[in-house]
Amino acid sequence: MDLKNAAAGTLESGDIMIQIAPAETKGLHIELDSTVAAQFGRQIRTVITETLTGLGIEDADVKAVDKGARDCTIRARVTAAAVRATGKDVWA
Amino acid sequence: MEDRLRRTMMFIPGNNPGMMQDAYIYRPDSIMLDLEDSVTMAEKDAARLLVHNALKSIDYGDIEMVVRINPLSTPYGRKDVEAVVKAGVHVIRMPKTETADEVRELEAEIVKVENEIGCLGRTKIMAAIESAEGICNAFAIAKASKRMMGIALGAEDYCASLKTQRTPGGDELLYARQTIVVAARAAGVYALDTVFSNLDDMESFRKEVELIKTLGFDGKSIINPRQIRIVNEVFAPSEKAIEKARKILAAIKEAEKKGSGVISLNGKMVDRPVVIRAQHTIDLAVASGIISKEEVYE
Amino acid sequence: MSSLKDRAEGIRRVAAAMGKEVYSGETLKNTVFRKDLQKSDHKVVTLEEAIVRSGLKDGMTISFHHHFRGGDKVVNMVVDKLAQMGFKNLHLAASSLSDVHAPLIEHIRNGVITKISTSGLRGELAKEISHGLMKEPVVFRSHGGRGSAISTGDLHIDVAFLGASSSDPAGNASGYSRSEHAKSICGSLGYAKPDAQYADKVVIITDDLVDYPNTPNSISEHDVDFVVLVDSVGDSSKISSGAIRDTKNPRDILLAMSAADVIINSGYFREGFSIQTGSGGASLAAVKYIREKMIEKGIHASFALGGITAHMVKMHEEGLIERLIDVQSFDRVAAESIKNDPFHKGVSANEYAAADESGSAVHYLDIVILSALEVDVNFNVNVLVGSDGVIRGAVGGHPDTAADSALSIIVCPLLRGRIPCIVDEVTTLITPGSTVDVVVTEYGIAVNPRRGEIAERLRAAGMKVVDINALKDLALEQIGTPDPLPFGDKVVGVVMNREGTVQDVIMNIED
Repeated sequence: MDLKNAAAGTLESGDIMIQIAPAETKGLHIELDSTVAAQFGRQIRTVITETLTGLGIEDADVKAVDKGARDCTIRARVTAAAVRATGKDVWA
Repeated sequence: MEDRLRRTMMFIPGNNPGMMQDAYIYRPDSIMLDLEDSVTMAEKDAARLLVHNALKSIDYGDIEMVVRINPLSTPYGRKDVEAVVKAGVHVIRMPKTETADEVRELEAEIVKVENEIGCLGRTKIMAAIESAEGICNAFAIAKASKRMMGIALGAEDYCASLKTQRTPGGDELLYARQTIVVAARAAGVYALDTVFSNLDDMESFRKEVELIKTLGFDGKSIINPRQIRIVNEVFAPSEKAIEKARKILAAIKEAEKKGSGVISLNGKMVDRPVVIRAQHTIDLAVASGIISKEEVYE
Repeated sequence: MSSLKDRAEGIRRVAAAMGKEVYSGETLKNTVFRKDLQKSDHKVVTLEEAIVRSGLKDGMTISFHHHFRGGDKVVNMVVDKLAQMGFKNLHLAASSLSDVHAPLIEHIRNGVITKISTSGLRGELAKEISHGLMKEPVVFRSHGGRGSAISTGDLHIDVAFLGASSSDPAGNASGYSRSEHAKSICGSLGYAKPDAQYADKVVIITDDLVDYPNTPNSISEHDVDFVVLVDSVGDSSKISSGAIRDTKNPRDILLAMSAADVIINSGYFREGFSIQTGSGGASLAAVKYIREKMIEKGIHASFALGGITAHMVKMHEEGLIERLIDVQSFDRVAAESIKNDPFHKGVSANEYAAADESGSAVHYLDIVILSALEVDVNFNVNVLVGSDGVIRGAVGGHPDTAADSALSIIVCPLLRGRIPCIVDEVTTLITPGSTVDVVVTEYGIAVNPRRGEIAERLRAAGMKVVDINALKDLALEQIGTPDPLPFGDKVVGVVMNREGTVQDVIMNIED
C-alpha cells in the first residue's frame, strides 16, 4: 500500500503520538518512546502492529511517543494516522 | 421513553483521551462525548476514531453514553453517525436542531447503520435546540421520532439568534426554557438545560440549577466534574418528600395485597400521577445516596 | 568562729579525700561590654575550622536535616568542603535527601561518601543509586525510626551539620529569625533535634548570626559545639511556598471529598479528636471539607500534627484546632506561625513519631490521611520506589503515623496514567498492611478486613465500600497486565522497620 508521511495524536497525558512513514526496508519498524516502557512497551508494540496489519499495512516506519495511553486510544491514533497516510477512510 | 435519572450530562471534548478515560469516576448520570464544537476541522477524523474506540472499550458502567455529532449538513455528520452507532452509543445528540424534518433525516441515517449491523432500534436521539426557529418548532421536534430521548437548550447560539447575550439572572432564556419544558412534557420526553461556564462562580451556578429545577427541567448540561455535586444536591428530594413518597408506595403495596383498585392514603384518594412522582422521588433519593435501595420498602 | 585561714588545713584535707584541687582564690573576670564580647565567642568559627576541631575522621558519620527541602544548600556545601579537605569513606546520615543533592553522585564516585542513611531519595541521585551506584545499600528509616535509632545508638552520629535560619554565638538556633537580616525561614527544626541532642559534635550553620539570646530557640546552645556563619543556608523560594493554593484538579477534589466523608463517618470525628494530613493536593482539599463539617457540627480538634500547613494554621486561628504540633513546617504561613504562636509547638522527630517514646505525638493521634505510590491487596503501602523500579520518594512519617494512629486513611488514585496503584504486591514494603485501615480511590473505598466496624459505619452512612481485590481487578481490566520490572540481584537499599528490624530490601533496576 502506498503511504504518505502522516501523524495523529498528541503529547498530552493519556495520549500517544503516532507518525507513519513509508518503510525504508520491508516490514513494520516501530520506534517507541514511552513513559511506561518497562511495563507496557511489549503490549503497546503489539497493539500498533495488530492495528496496522488489520488495515492491510505490512510495511511502514512508525514512530510512537506514548504518554501512558490505553489500548483503545493507541488503536484510535494508529488508525487515524494510517487513514491519513493511505487516504483511505474506514467509514463508508 | 426509558425512565432514568438524567440530572447531569457531562461534556467531554472528543479528542481528549485523558478526560474520556477519567469521566466515569465522577459518576454523572450521562456523559456526552463531543465531536462538534470542541473539535477542530483538522481533527474531526481522529476524534471520531477516538470516540468510537472509547465507546467500544471503556467500561462506563450504567452511565448513559451520548455523542454530539456534527450536523448532517457538514461532511462529517454521516461518518459520525456510522462510527458511534457501530460502537453502541446510547444516544446521539443532534446539534442546532431547527425542524422535525432534520430529526427524521438523522433517524433515517441511524436506521441505515443499525440495519447494516443488525441492531435496529438501539440508538436514541436527543435534539439540542439552539435558535429562535428551533424554539418555535420545539414540540414538533420533540415529537418527531419515537427514538427521541429529550430536548435540550443550547443557550449560546440561541442568544446570538435572539440578538442578545446571557445575563446572570437568565431573563433572556426564560421563554426558551419554559417552551422546552412544556414541549418535552407534552411529547413525553426529557427536558435538559444548557451549560453554565463560569467555574469560579459556584454560587450563581447553584442558583441557576435551583431555577431550572423549579421550571421543571430533568437536569443540566455540565462542563466540569465540580458541578456534579451541586446539581445532585439541588435535585435531591427533602426528607419530608421522601417520607411522603414512601407512604404512598406503601399504600399501593397494601392496596395490591387487598386486590383493591382504589388507593387511598389518610382517607384521600391517590391518583396515578402522584404515584409516578412518588416513585421518581424515591429514585432520586436512592441516586443521591440519601437512602439505600434496601431501605425503600422497609 | 574560725577564719578561712584557720580552715585552710581542713580544706586541703577534704580536697585530698575528694580527689579535688583546692580553689586558687582568684577568678578572672571579663569586663568587656557583652555585645562586643559575643563577637569573639570561641564557638564561632569557619566551616573548615569547625570540621578540623570537631575531630572528624575518615569513616565517620556526618548528619544533616532536610528542613530546607528543595532549597537546601548545607549538604552540598559541607560535603564539597569535606571532599576538598580530603576526607574519604564518610557515612552521610540525612533526615532526607532530594533532587538538589545530585552533586553527591560525584562525591560517591570519588569515595568521599560510601554509605547513606536517609528517609528519602529523589531525582538523579536516586536514579543512579537505583541503578547500582553504591557498593553499600542505602539504609531507609522512617522519621520516627531515625529518631529511635539515634537515641538508642543504632545510628551513631559523629558530627552533625545543622542548618539554621538564625543562631546566636552560643548556638541557640532556630528555623526562623527575628532580626532584620533574616535570610531564610523553614519553621520547625524537628528533624534536626535528635542530631543536636545525640551527636558527638554539633555544628550549627546559619545565614543569620544574631545577638545572644536568640530565644525562643529550637536548638539549645547546650548541645552546640561550633557556629558557622555562611552567606545562605537555603533558597527560600524553594523551601516553602507562600500562600494556600486550593487544588482545582477534579480528581483530587473527588478523592478529598471521599476521604473527608470517611473521616466524618468513621466514628472518630468527635469533640477533641486529633488529626494529621499530608501536603498533597487531595490531603489539603480534604482538610477544607473537614473544616466545613467541623463548623457545621460544632466539633473542635484538640491538636493537628505534622507536617503543618497554612490550612491547619488557619483552622487553629479560627479556634477549630486548639494546638498545633509541628515537626516540619510545610509552608511559609506555618513557619511564621511557629515563630509567633506559643500554641504552635515544634517537636523533635522522637517526640513526633518514635515507637519507643511513649509520649510521642503519634501515640495520641486519632486520624491520619496519607498518600501512596502503591497499595496492595493486603493493604501494604509503598511510598518509596516508583512503578519503574526507581527510588523516587521518602518513607517519611508514613509507617509511624499509620501504626500509631487510631485510624489511618490512604488516599491514592487507582490509576496514574497507565500505572496501576492498587496492585497484587507492592514493589517495596514501607508501611505494613496491618497498620493501614482505609484506602480511598476514585473508583471506591476499601476497608481493611481487620477494621470491620469502620466498614459497617461507612455503609450505615450510605457509603459504598468495595473489596480491595475488586479495585485491583478493575485497574488491570482498564490497562492490561504490566510486565514485571527488570530488577537485578544487587541490593541497593534496605528498609528498616520503625522498631529497628529489617523489613525489606530494594534491588537494583536494569535498563
